[in-house]
Amino acid sequence: GKLLRNVPNGDEVRKNPVPDRRQYTASGFLFCWIHFILLFSRQGKLRLQKWYTTLPDKEKKKIIREIVQIILSRNQKTSSFVDWKDLKLVYKRYASLYFCCAIEDQDNELLTLEVVHRYVELLDRYFGNVCELDIIFNFEKAYFILDEFIIGGEVQETSKKTAVKAIEDSDMLQETVEEYMNKPAF
Amino acid sequence: MEAVNLLSSNRYTEKQIGYLFISVLVNSNSELIRLINNAIKNDLASRNPTFMGLALHCIANVGSREMAEAFAGEIPKILVAGDTMDSVKQSAALCLLRLYRTSPDLVPMGDWTSRVVHLLNDQHLGVVTAATSLITTLAQKNPEEFKTSVSLAVSRLSRIVTSASTDLQDYTYYFVPAPWLSVKLLRLLQCYPPPEDPAVRGRLTECLETILNKAQEPPKSKKVQHSNAKNAVLFEAISLIIHHDSEPNLLVRACNQLGQFLQHRETNLRYLALESMCTLASSEFSHEAVKTHIETVINALKTERDVSVRQRAVDLLYAMCDRSNAQQIVAEMLNYLETADYSIREEIVLKVAILAEKYAVDYTWYVDTILNLIRIAGDYVSEEVWYRVIQIVINRDDVQGYAAKTVFEALQAPACHENLVKVGGYILGEFGNLIAGDPRSSPLIQFNLLHSKFHLCSVPTRALLLSTYIKFVNLFPEIKTTIQDVLRSDSQLKNADVELQQRAVEYLRLSTIASTDILATVLEEMPPFPERESSILAKLKKKKGPGTVTDLEEIKRERSSDMNGSAEPACATDGSTPSPSADLLGLSAAPVTNPAPPSSTNGSLLVDVFSDTAPAVAPLAPGSDDNFASPDLASSEVVSEEPADTVHDADELFHKFVCKNNGVLFENQLLQIGLKSEFRQNLGRMFIFYGNKTSTQFLNFTPTVICSDDLQPSLNLQTKPVDPTVDGGAQVQQVVNIECVSDFMEAPVLNIQFRYGGTFQNLSVKLPITLNKFFQPTEMSSQDFFQRWKQLSNPKQEVQNIFKAKHPMDAEITKAKIIGFGSALLEEVDPNPANFVGAGIIHTKTTQIGCLLRLEPNLQAQMYRLTLRTSKEAVSQRLCELLSEQF
Repeated sequence: GKLLRNVPNGDEVRKNPVPDRRQYTASGFLFCWIHFILLFSRQGKLRLQKWYTTLPDKEKKKIIREIVQIILSRNQKTSSFVDWKDLKLVYKRYASLYFCCAIEDQDNELLTLEVVHRYVELLDRYFGNVCELDIIFNFEKAYFILDEFIIGGEVQETSKKTAVKAIEDSDMLQETVEEYMNKPAF
Repeated sequence: MEAVNLLSSNRYTEKQIGYLFISVLVNSNSELIRLINNAIKNDLASRNPTFMGLALHCIANVGSREMAEAFAGEIPKILVAGDTMDSVKQSAALCLLRLYRTSPDLVPMGDWTSRVVHLLNDQHLGVVTAATSLITTLAQKNPEEFKTSVSLAVSRLSRIVTSASTDLQDYTYYFVPAPWLSVKLLRLLQCYPPPEDPAVRGRLTECLETILNKAQEPPKSKKVQHSNAKNAVLFEAISLIIHHDSEPNLLVRACNQLGQFLQHRETNLRYLALESMCTLASSEFSHEAVKTHIETVINALKTERDVSVRQRAVDLLYAMCDRSNAQQIVAEMLNYLETADYSIREEIVLKVAILAEKYAVDYTWYVDTILNLIRIAGDYVSEEVWYRVIQIVINRDDVQGYAAKTVFEALQAPACHENLVKVGGYILGEFGNLIAGDPRSSPLIQFNLLHSKFHLCSVPTRALLLSTYIKFVNLFPEIKTTIQDVLRSDSQLKNADVELQQRAVEYLRLSTIASTDILATVLEEMPPFPERESSILAKLKKKKGPGTVTDLEEIKRERSSDMNGSAEPACATDGSTPSPSADLLGLSAAPVTNPAPPSSTNGSLLVDVFSDTAPAVAPLAPGSDDNFASPDLASSEVVSEEPADTVHDADELFHKFVCKNNGVLFENQLLQIGLKSEFRQNLGRMFIFYGNKTSTQFLNFTPTVICSDDLQPSLNLQTKPVDPTVDGGAQVQQVVNIECVSDFMEAPVLNIQFRYGGTFQNLSVKLPITLNKFFQPTEMSSQDFFQRWKQLSNPKQEVQNIFKAKHPMDAEITKAKIIGFGSALLEEVDPNPANFVGAGIIHTKTTQIGCLLRLEPNLQAQMYRLTLRTSKEAVSQRLCELLSEQF
């Protein structure tokens, strides 16, 4: 389904999750807005991950498993926020994809939802009616767009005009990438 | 390697792919980083904005220490260079921010910082947004360096909130002008206290009012994005209002706004309103306003479908709880507990236990509440909770009979939780006699009731019950044989568990051999526990984990340190309740047995009991408390103290105790009174040692502690009577448990009456329990001190006294006295190094009062000027009186 047209309105009811309050070991001791962003499907398949704190791979895998399980088990009519360790998860479902950000407890939850939305808009602008498959097959572009939008866990550019420019740059890139991909490896 | 080659390429596309590879695939610990660095360096120097941007992105994505070492010096230059493109500035600011987070030590502060602050004035809103993020993080660690950002941020914010929704073009998001920048500016302002410049402050207040006003306007769009962005700014503004905690008008408006959201149809808004109100509840200006929403919050607890939201409702109820609504809130929480999600049950149990204790006026209510907790959620009642109820019952005579009756009734239930059996066993073992008069709860019935649960319980509980049985032997000699039969049964004496077996053997032996006198001594009622901070609080705090500020205590603590400085008062965190579990009957103080480590040898004292040297054990019976110095030790200290000058100069002696806790309070030819005391938070314990200096007995020796009618509501004192006979040369000890309920002026009086050689003696001395004993020192920086000082500038809050020095004006002695007084001694705060500055918090049961003091000596005139500032006039007055006498 098309991400922007399919914002869910609550159908499943499942058991409430049991949040684990073990200490989350983030390396960043200073205020950081977004610690990491995860995109995953309703089936729990991870589609994109972006970390703004440095963690060992093993730890990351554990966290991903845990968070995917927590979010998928939540009822659709619930709030978009879940306490998780000493962070807060802010998530929203677009069609078949969940977008989930981990932020500081005292950070602005609503604005984080709009970060997610802006990102989806940028993806949509780039792919034209973006859907999950676009992200599966063009993951590098999804990363590229995210990098243009967020650096080090902070929003870099919120203006659509500048965002459009980034998209145009990447459009130019797209052709060269295809050209590059078709070339034999060197 | 391929990626590194790509990076070095001059072709844009290849370079871009190279960077993409690296940011996705390279972990910050990778060794490749060193190779990559060189390529990045070239790109940064290339002056090609696209290449620079790619390089900066890469540095930020990897963000390792090596990256910081290589580039932390370079990036600030790029950031403030006049000819840098806007987009590069944005990337540079955030890249620097990322490096600063990884390795703050590698990012040098310098003259670039003032130029970064001026980026807040930049025309390009994207640059301002990125710069604000950077400044906010830097300002948290270096507030002085970035102080000028406050006024710039306020004027920028003001321009945004007053702009029409289309003025900012691209930076308008669904009709909301620059929401990201607004939120970041509001967040930056939360790194600082309210602006000092009245013009800036006024402008900020206008901004905040405008934001609150806009919340009442009809939405410009039906899209959720519009309301989210608008409310994101609103919530951040409310956070700032709460952070400043200085404008009652704004606080109350914020509270009303949140009140509207409490009923909003959007779950997210209800969640956030509950969360935000939680912090609002701890402000004295808005606490009452928050309380008006109690019904809505209770309703949320009952009807919300989302556990996250219900959790917030519990937090808020906890935060808004005070004496006036404690019964209602505790009842609702108990109600909710019956159906609560498993994930939050333990937390609710802890919260209920804390509130019930904190706001118990009537301890029967407290006992009922805790028993209900065990009934409803026994599995979630941790040891701390039931230890605590036992401590409280033991320490409060007035509730013991009720507790015994209540647990007896609760135990009637066919299936009751093991925790209830533990509490019941303990309490009946101590106070079962109080209900034994009723034929429905006769000793045998009590015993049979407990024993009917025995076989269903775990080993530790059974061990506890065995101790209860031996206590019954003492309380109810008429059922001794029944109990002995039980102890003698194979299932006890030959129990596979060493602990149970040992207890059965020893208790059986004890009950057979010891005389009733010895039994009475050994199995005497437990002495009161030393009053300590509840460990439940510590547990709750631990459970919530650091960084969670929704916890009331934490907020309160934060607030009190806000008011009084940066240091965290050492409350709750280290106050561990003594665990009565190892030896529930307090037998560790008694000589009989210490069965906790089964393998340990049983101590020679046990032999003493059985070898009929009864008197030898008597002094060691419960009553000598292991937590405090033994009487012998204390007495030697008393003797070594400087002797009292004169008997009649009791007032001077009294003043000596203002700055110290131990010593001789009174002495004449007959009697010496020594003191040893300790205080913690609003509680204290004082040991009074009465030494008979003569060789003749004192008879009818009755010391009484008297609180005047004025003092009684503020100071809670509990004592136990002492033995009326004091042998010649002997010393007796009396314990006074002290609780400071609210601030007080007078001192209690200790009256002593006795007969000595046929003459009646009657004397009274003031007992040095003074308000400053409940001081807790607070360290704070000079900046914090002066900010607090300024906040307490109401003429009623300040008391000043100029007086002549009564002692040599020695700086070191003065320092020692200020510390002895209880406040922290703050160095390098007063511009004049000869002056002394102190800060602390007075803890009472009802409030905490922040206190600042300043002592200015004038050596030439041999005078002092003492200034006290506290939030309460009477407290300033009293502390000033007490301290003035010291110098």
